[in-house]
Amino acid sequence: MRSAIHFASAALALAALSFGAMPFAVAADTPDPAADAKAFQKFFTEKFPKVKLDDFVNGPYSMNEDMHRQWEEKEQFPPYDFSLDLGKEMFAKPFKNGKSYADCFPNQGIGIRQNYPTFDEKEGKVVTLELALNRCREANGEAPFSYVKDEMAALTAYMAFTSRGKPFDIKIPNDPRALEAYENGKRYFYTRRGQLNFSCASCHVQNPGERIRAEVLAPALGILNAMPIYRSEWGGMGTISRRFTTCNSQIRGVPLEPQSDEYRDLEYYLSYVSNGLPVSGPGARP
Amino acid sequence: MTTTHDGFPATRRLMLKGAASVALIGLGNLPFSVAPAFAAANDKYPEDAFKQKSDADAVKALYGKTAEPSDKVKMDAPEIAENGAVVPISVSSTLENVTSISILVAENPNALAAFYLIPAGTLPSVANRLKMAKTTNVIAIVEAGGKLYSTAKEVKVTVGGCGG
Amino acid sequence: MASTIRVRATSSGETTEVQALIQHPMDSGYVKDAKGDLIPPHFIQQLTFEHDGKNVFLADWGPAVSKDPYVKFSFKGGKKGDDLKISWVDNKGASDTTTAKIQ
Repeated sequence: MRSAIHFASAALALAALSFGAMPFAVAADTPDPAADAKAFQKFFTEKFPKVKLDDFVNGPYSMNEDMHRQWEEKEQFPPYDFSLDLGKEMFAKPFKNGKSYADCFPNQGIGIRQNYPTFDEKEGKVVTLELALNRCREANGEAPFSYVKDEMAALTAYMAFTSRGKPFDIKIPNDPRALEAYENGKRYFYTRRGQLNFSCASCHVQNPGERIRAEVLAPALGILNAMPIYRSEWGGMGTISRRFTTCNSQIRGVPLEPQSDEYRDLEYYLSYVSNGLPVSGPGARP
Repeated sequence: MTTTHDGFPATRRLMLKGAASVALIGLGNLPFSVAPAFAAANDKYPEDAFKQKSDADAVKALYGKTAEPSDKVKMDAPEIAENGAVVPISVSSTLENVTSISILVAENPNALAAFYLIPAGTLPSVANRLKMAKTTNVIAIVEAGGKLYSTAKEVKVTVGGCGG
Repeated sequence: MASTIRVRATSSGETTEVQALIQHPMDSGYVKDAKGDLIPPHFIQQLTFEHDGKNVFLADWGPAVSKDPYVKFSFKGGKKGDDLKISWVDNKGASDTTTAKIQ
């Protein structure tokens, strides 16, 4: 069995990263998201030559054969089934005012997961699917849901399911604020924080497939394509908001509020660099 | 803790015998042949077997006899469980006249995890998902023609299924 | 409320393969809640599958069966369109029953 993260080598690699040795850290002066995404995907496909590009959306299961077998067994009757059905039911049920989620989204909300997050040029900010769902509720006089689990996970599970297989298609409009949001997200992704002094990239770029204590780390590429997920560790469903906040607590940092500007930008960056990879959510994870 | 059998009226016929066997195990030194009504022999919930700590005691409470290792009992379990809370385990057998399959996790707080009654016409094969507290042996027992056959496999657990 | 029982039963002509997933916490009694109090055991004890008036499978479960439990087995017989009745009862006396069509 391979060992956990070697702090020394992680530190060395990060040092290299900060000196611009890695392709996606180069373009610091002139932001070029398209080049970033290309370099990001190239990094992963070169690190894991045996894993097909589309397979990265299956997270740790794409990295390890024994786990892949357990996953296949689980997918025969996936544990997110109940949540998916609840989401379908909720999505179809009108609000008290007679309107429904379908009225808030293009194409009645069906098969559009791959377009989120979007950049709202009116607001000048990133709008995630979870945020859009709660805004839809509030616009129709309903109380917003918790961002991390249960109802929100059920709704996004259903919306992801109707978009399964569609390639991520995140757009950065020609608006300096959009580019800035992207750059902010990227900076958040590579910045170390918490008592463990890890960045998102320490685990999910430098060490995917390795174990950190008991868990096999998922690759950052395609990680959001599988959301929301049923995690055995959680004993239930979790959203992208839950994924981000738990990551921050696990490195012993202080998580931000779900759907804070930083998390919205992070989701924007991380989704953009996975453009072209298919929606695989809802997913099941250890 | 008592079991309600309201959903299973057919089980009532054996409730008395079941109670007797519980009492006997409590005394511990009476010959088992007097009370053959071990839970495995009927469809009453084997409460006592589920309460035993060790796998040996659970098997004794469940069947009143011991199992011999057999390569005709097949078990599929992961080398390393991705999470102790959900460990996929399947058991099958090439033996004839299989009447039950049980699965035990040796070092769980209570070893017996699941017992499956296999009526005539049902194939001797079952898959399920179990919790494991730590790295330990998983034991499969197949009852065929009134005898017990077993196999065991160690499953490594890195995240326990009993923690919060 | 939707049923707690999900069933997929498929006939191959000779045998019927049954997979079931049940929504249940399966609390072991060994886990503490956020306040540090033990969550009392709450788990399904018996699960039965009935086809054509007779039991084709019976499960006795302890608290070591995973949350939202899953089980798979096969039995001889069973045709497309036949009913399969599934029932469970837990240690608190709660129960649920559903009937699924074999496909």
